[in-house]
Amino acid sequence: MNATISLSRRSFIIGVASTAGGLSLGFNVPFIKPALAEGAETAPEINAWVVIRPDDTVVIRIARSEMGQGTLTGLAQLVAEELNCDWSKVTTEYPSPAQNLARDRVWGNFSTGGSRGIRESHEYVRIGGAVAREMLIAAAAAEWGVPASECTAWMGMVTHAASDRATFYGQLAAAAARMTPPANVTLKDPKDWTIAGKPLPRLDTADKLNGSQVYGVDLKLPNMVNAAIRACPYFGGKVASFDAAAVAAMPGVRTVVQVDETAVAVVADTWWRAKTALDALPVVWDEGPNRQVTSASIAAMLEEGLGANDAFIGAKQGDAGAALSAAGRTVTATYAFPYQNHATMEPMNATALYTPERCEVWVPTQNGEASLAAAAEAAGLPVQQCEVHKIHLGGGFGRRGNFQDYVRQAVSIAKQVPGTPVKLMWSREEDMLHGAYHPTTRCRLTGALDADGNLTALHMRISGQSILAAVRPQGMQNGMDPVVFQGLVLSGTEGTLGYTVDNLLVDHAMRNPPIPPGFWRGVNLNQNALYVECFMDELAHAAGVDPLAFRRKLMAKHPKHLAVLEAVAERIGWDTPPAAGVHRGLAQIMGFGSYVAAAAEVSVTDGQLKIHRIVAATDPGHVVNPAQVERQVEGSFVYGLSACIYGECTVNGGRMEQENFDSYEVLRMAEMPEVETIIVPSGGFWGGVGEPTIAVAAPAVLNAIFAATGKRIRTLPLKNHDLS
Amino acid sequence: MARLIINGTPRDIEVDPDTPLLWVIREQIGLTGTKYGCGVAACGACTIHIDGVATRSCVLPVSAVEPDQQITTIEGLSPDSSHPVQQAWLALDVPQCGYCQAGMIMAAAGLLMQNPNPADEDINAEITNICRCGTYNRVRAAIKLAAKAGEATQRG
Repeated sequence: MNATISLSRRSFIIGVASTAGGLSLGFNVPFIKPALAEGAETAPEINAWVVIRPDDTVVIRIARSEMGQGTLTGLAQLVAEELNCDWSKVTTEYPSPAQNLARDRVWGNFSTGGSRGIRESHEYVRIGGAVAREMLIAAAAAEWGVPASECTAWMGMVTHAASDRATFYGQLAAAAARMTPPANVTLKDPKDWTIAGKPLPRLDTADKLNGSQVYGVDLKLPNMVNAAIRACPYFGGKVASFDAAAVAAMPGVRTVVQVDETAVAVVADTWWRAKTALDALPVVWDEGPNRQVTSASIAAMLEEGLGANDAFIGAKQGDAGAALSAAGRTVTATYAFPYQNHATMEPMNATALYTPERCEVWVPTQNGEASLAAAAEAAGLPVQQCEVHKIHLGGGFGRRGNFQDYVRQAVSIAKQVPGTPVKLMWSREEDMLHGAYHPTTRCRLTGALDADGNLTALHMRISGQSILAAVRPQGMQNGMDPVVFQGLVLSGTEGTLGYTVDNLLVDHAMRNPPIPPGFWRGVNLNQNALYVECFMDELAHAAGVDPLAFRRKLMAKHPKHLAVLEAVAERIGWDTPPAAGVHRGLAQIMGFGSYVAAAAEVSVTDGQLKIHRIVAATDPGHVVNPAQVERQVEGSFVYGLSACIYGECTVNGGRMEQENFDSYEVLRMAEMPEVETIIVPSGGFWGGVGEPTIAVAAPAVLNAIFAATGKRIRTLPLKNHDLS
Repeated sequence: MARLIINGTPRDIEVDPDTPLLWVIREQIGLTGTKYGCGVAACGACTIHIDGVATRSCVLPVSAVEPDQQITTIEGLSPDSSHPVQQAWLALDVPQCGYCQAGMIMAAAGLLMQNPNPADEDINAEITNICRCGTYNRVRAAIKLAAKAGEATQRG
């Protein structure tokens, strides 16, 4: 069949996307590496991002991980937009971390966290699509002997109008792959987008409706065995001894192994049998140095930090100390934020196959390259002899990024049964006891109000745990953890304070309890928004000013912060009274590059809280898929309100007390409020979506609770408070 | 030895009678759409149907299932994702990570069998599955959409 068809027969082609006004970029295009040397994909790779099969299927390579946040679809939209392909023919695949390494990291960063999936890679993936498009055009032009400049590409087809010719991409792919990539490409102006920017359905829904989506826990490999693990529940403790013989004869048991200093595992034919034997396995723990640590001792440690002299300064303007000392009227409050667990629905897991020459790992991971590094280290093999196969995640929320403990464990077990694939899955209890916990911090805020009720000085003293100090010390700045100040700093593009306070000091007394902290969806923005936004409400109340009006006075120089706040206030009807018994609260913050705000309507009846309605607004600069943004925002309130109402891991005897969802409750359907999402992309920057709105959930609701009850809740979770 | 009828097919399985049905389904039958989430019947990820009734399989010993009872898993809800609940889920693009969704869909399908037109309060009472990504509002909307589709089918 001749794939070249006449233009006159193509009534469906309506035009070519204008690139006028687009962004011209001159740079070295990093897409000239040879095609993948191995793998199932035999269709031509135009470049690292785009493979086109003869049947016109476009395979778009996605370097970031999909864990429900929709990045897979969004990144594919960006590539497809520039490629001018037919969206209905798009499919995706993950390149592997080892391939990335072998090709000088042609796909860039695999890490999927910090709401960075799209905002950090939008440019190079669009370039990938644009370069592939130009190579397809060049191939068609060469075949037809016409100038490339006379050809256009649209809907998966290259057209030469003057000679009335057109060819589908699938027919051009092999020739296009041999073309020299252009040195420059012009990216489209987002206003001209037809695929990106649209609320397209996700590409990964169908398999999630019938049980066919394979998660890490579902993996099946020939001769695979299953492992159940128990690590010492006491932080800092170790395995002292265990009696493998006591369970060796139990049904299905293959072996009992010590995984590392801290953990033992049972390997069996099925996971259930492995777990059953593990439950029966006598283990003696060396409980380590932290048996005296409790939530109370940690609280005392942090309380001391609230008044300590040593502190890292995150934001400073004027002289807050002097202004507060001289002030006629000050307001002080102390807030506290507990440990929380990610509690992904899919427990931690990894499958490993080890031989003395090679180690392969299959794992749901937010950072395939970190998984590869962990696998190589645990295997004791050069990284070139290791491979990681990424699998869709049953939730990540930060737990599956930096921390590759489950990969190291799986490889350690696999080394003890070489040549046999081992699937390690944690029980929920293991998951709850060995988290990378949303760290605990406290904050004492002191503000000065002048006679007119204006905020003239503010000191925020944060005391508490640093994530970076524990997990990424190379990110520290002269001993300071900059992440602690998320949303509170005075400059930069990540998250600035939305208020102008003439005398401002935000500082941090680092107090690191012996509990492993981690990046938890929203990270420190969650704590900081609670502190600053509830305290703004306290100040407004003390000044006798409406909370919105009070904030407005401080936000004149922060128009984007103010715009989202005004948007939620207007939508919830701030200027009109709510229904009888219903009360409102507001909050705003900037984080992960986006400006967000929320307004909540609640009622409290006989001490029972009901959250009726949430209005949320986000300005992420650009929006790649508004439907996905809406879902991320809506979902973020489930995460944020779970934390607000229930989330708390308490420490007793040097270990966590909560072991499952019966003691670590989370928000369920009955409590889920309506969420209306206002998306107001103002352009000119790229902000994240998955995390920032979590941070405004709790303060908006707590401020509404104050309006309803006069009770100022300053410690989470709400379940510990009597609202009656 | 246990005899189970799973998705219409009788299966004879060599199994310890205390083994929870979830693990028989996942590890011995090999149907992995039904998920483990908590092991204490708190999250609903393991929801299946037994004789049409939504049931959490992670705490149900296989010995508690009678040989003539019909066990339906997500894989057997329909041959081609055509069940009204699956269709509503598709129409509203409900899943995010998707891990809890098989349990959600089975719980929703079970609810609609008992109550073809559930009110919000019925949904709140019956759908207590945990979703950490936050699909609850679309789950609710999809249940209502499926109910409407069922109504239309009955009328039509």
